[in-house]
Amino acid sequence: MKKCYLGVDIGSVSTNVIVMDEDEKIIDTLYIRTQGKPIETIQKGLYKIKERINNEIKIAGIGTTGSGRQLGGIMVGADVIKNEITAHGVAALHFVPNVQTILEIGGQDSKIILLRNGILYDFAMNTVCAAGTGSFLDRQAERMGIPIEEFGDLALKSEATVRIAGRCAVFAESDMIHKQQMGHNQEDIINGLCEALVRNYLNNLGKGKEIKSPIIFQGGVAANVGIKKAFEKILGQEVIVPPYASVMGAIGVALLAKEEVRKSGRTNFKGFEVANSSYQVKSFECDHCPNMCEVVEFFRDKNMVARWGDKCGRWSNVEVKNTKLA
Amino acid sequence: MKITFPHMGNTYLPVKAMFDDLGVDVITPPINSKKTLEIGTKYAPEQICLPMKINLGNYIQSIEKGADTIVVTGSCGPCRYGYFMEVEREILKDLGYEVEIISLEAPDGDIKEFYNRVSQMLETKNIFKIVKTFKNAFGILKKIDEIEEKVLKYRPYEKNKGEIDKIYNHLIDQLRKSTGSKEMLQYIKEAEKNFMNVALEKRQDVLKVGIIGEIYTIIEDFSNIDIGKKLNNLGVEVHKSHSTSGWVLEHLFYESIGRSREKDIRKAAAPYVKTMVGGHGRETVGNAILYAKEGYDGLIHIMPFTCMPEIVAMSILPKIQNDYHIPILTLIIDEMTGEAGYITRLEAYIDLLRNRRDKFQNEKMLSWS
Repeated sequence: MKKCYLGVDIGSVSTNVIVMDEDEKIIDTLYIRTQGKPIETIQKGLYKIKERINNEIKIAGIGTTGSGRQLGGIMVGADVIKNEITAHGVAALHFVPNVQTILEIGGQDSKIILLRNGILYDFAMNTVCAAGTGSFLDRQAERMGIPIEEFGDLALKSEATVRIAGRCAVFAESDMIHKQQMGHNQEDIINGLCEALVRNYLNNLGKGKEIKSPIIFQGGVAANVGIKKAFEKILGQEVIVPPYASVMGAIGVALLAKEEVRKSGRTNFKGFEVANSSYQVKSFECDHCPNMCEVVEFFRDKNMVARWGDKCGRWSNVEVKNTKLA
Repeated sequence: MKITFPHMGNTYLPVKAMFDDLGVDVITPPINSKKTLEIGTKYAPEQICLPMKINLGNYIQSIEKGADTIVVTGSCGPCRYGYFMEVEREILKDLGYEVEIISLEAPDGDIKEFYNRVSQMLETKNIFKIVKTFKNAFGILKKIDEIEEKVLKYRPYEKNKGEIDKIYNHLIDQLRKSTGSKEMLQYIKEAEKNFMNVALEKRQDVLKVGIIGEIYTIIEDFSNIDIGKKLNNLGVEVHKSHSTSGWVLEHLFYESIGRSREKDIRKAAAPYVKTMVGGHGRETVGNAILYAKEGYDGLIHIMPFTCMPEIVAMSILPKIQNDYHIPILTLIIDEMTGEAGYITRLEAYIDLLRNRRDKFQNEKMLSWS
C-alpha cells in the first residue's frame, strides 16, 4: 500500500484536488469549476479522484485551503485547514526553493507574496476591487464571445498596442467597447486587456514592494500566456510558470497536511465515503439581537455536524456530533 | 429634553453615567448592529465613510425611541468628521425629524460658546457641578479603557480559555443596567478584583501586534469585525493606538499644552510627514514607528473606505515597513458584513509573523535593502 496525501483547494471559481505521495511527488491533479456549489463540487472531486487513483493507495492525510476551506475541512475531516496565502507560499518554495516573489491571480482575488531566505516575508491581497483578478478576464472574454482558454494565445498574436484603462472593471469595459467601435482588431484588444490587468495588479498590490527574481506566477490565471507575457514586458524580468501552476494552493496544503500527520501520527480523513453521503445546509436568521446573524447549519446524513455564522457564539459554540464515518 | 449621542466603543457607558448623575433624560442608542448600518447606509451620502453611516443609524434608532436632542463632539474639522453634524442635521431635517443638535466644540477657540452649549445640554449653569460630573464620567471612561487594554493584552495568555471574556461581558452587562457613576465604579472595582484572579500562563509563542489607523474603526469593534478578539484567538497580544479617553484628553484639555505621548508621535512621524494631513494620518505614521521601536512583531492598519488622511498614511507605510523591518497589513473597512476575506488575510499575516519570528528568534534581523 502506497501512502498518499490529498490537498483540496476550494476557491470561488475552481476547486482543485491533488494527490501527492510520501516522496512529495504529485501523482494526480484535478481542476473543476466550483460554480457556487462547493459541497457538490468537493464530492464530485473526491469521487473522480478515487476512480482515477489506484486502489493500492492509502490516504494518510488531507488538507483544505481556499475560501471554502472551513466548510470543506469539516466535510472531509481535514488534518490541516490553512489560508490560501500560506498554502501558495509553501508550494512555491517546494518547487523553487530560492523563489523571492510569487504573483498569484485567482478567480476572485489576487495576491503578491514576497519571500526572502525561504520564509514568507510580506504579502498583499486585493481589497475591494475585482479589476485585477481572473473574473475580470472571464467577464470580458464572455463579452467578446471567446473561450477563456484561447484568450492567452490570441493575445500573443497581437502586433499593435491598444491601451485599455485597467483601474476599474467598469471603466475597462466601457474603454474596451470604445476601442472595439474604433475598429481595433480583436487580438490587440485582448492583449490590451491582459496588460491592463497586469498594470492594475502591479499598481494595487505591487506598490512599494521590491519584486525580485526568481519570480513565480501561479493561480488559475497563470495558464494564460498573454498575462505572463504582459508581466515580463512590464517588469522587464523573467517570470516562471511552474508545472502545476493552477493547483499550487492544493499542493501547498497537502505538504502541510503531511507535516501535520507526521507530528500527530494519525489522520482525521473521513474516507472517500464522503462522496456518497448526503449533505444538507440549512440557514436561518437568528432573532436574538438586531445583528440578525445568518446562522448556517451543516448536516451529514441528517446529523448536524457543524454550525457557524453567528457573531456571539450562541449557536456555533454548541457541541455537535462529529463522529468519524465508518 | 431627551438626549441621545452616537456610539463609539464603550463610550456610551460613561456618557450615560454623566447624564444620569445630572438627572438629565438620556436615551442610549441600541447597540450597533446590521440594522443600524442598514438605516445609515440608506440615508447617508453613498460616498461617505463608514463612521458617518453608523452615526446616522444611531441617531435615527434613538429618535424612534423618543430622543429629541442629539449631542455630539465636534472637532472643528480636521477631516470630514468635522462636517458630519452639519450634513446629518440636513438629512434628519429632510426626513422630517424635528431634533435639536448640540455640537460640543469651541468654534475658533470660543470657550464661552463651548460653555453655553454644555450648560444647554446639561440643563444647569452651575460650573462646579458641571466640572465635577465631567470628572467622574472621565474617571469611568479611563477605567473602562484600561480594562479593555488589559483584556486585549492578556486574553492570549489565559490558562482557562474564556475566563476573561466572562468577567468582561458580565461587567459590561452590569454597567449597561446601572444608573450613575457611583454604581458603575462599584462594578468596575469588583471586576478589577476578578481580573486579578484570572490564571495566566507564560507563553513564548504569543506575538505582539499594534493596531494603527483611523480612530473610529479602531475603537468601535462592530465596525472592525472585532479584530482585537480575532487576533487574541490566533495567539496575539494586541494594543490599540487610539482610545476614547486619549482622544478626550488630547482634544478637550491638552491640545494647547501638547501631551508628551502626542509630542513623541509627532516627532517620530516628522521625517515622513512634517505637517498635519487631516484626521490622524500623521499619528498613524508616528504610532507605526513607535510600535516598531517598542519591539512589536507587526502592525495592522485599519481605516474606513475613502478615508483621505489614512490614504496618505497608507502610502507612507511601505517606507516604514522597509526602514524598520516591521510587516504592516492594511485593512480597508466598508459596509461588507462577510468576514471571510478579512479572516484569510489575518490568518496569513499571523503565519507570516510567526515564520519571521521563528527564523530570526536568535539571530539579528538581516537587512534586505
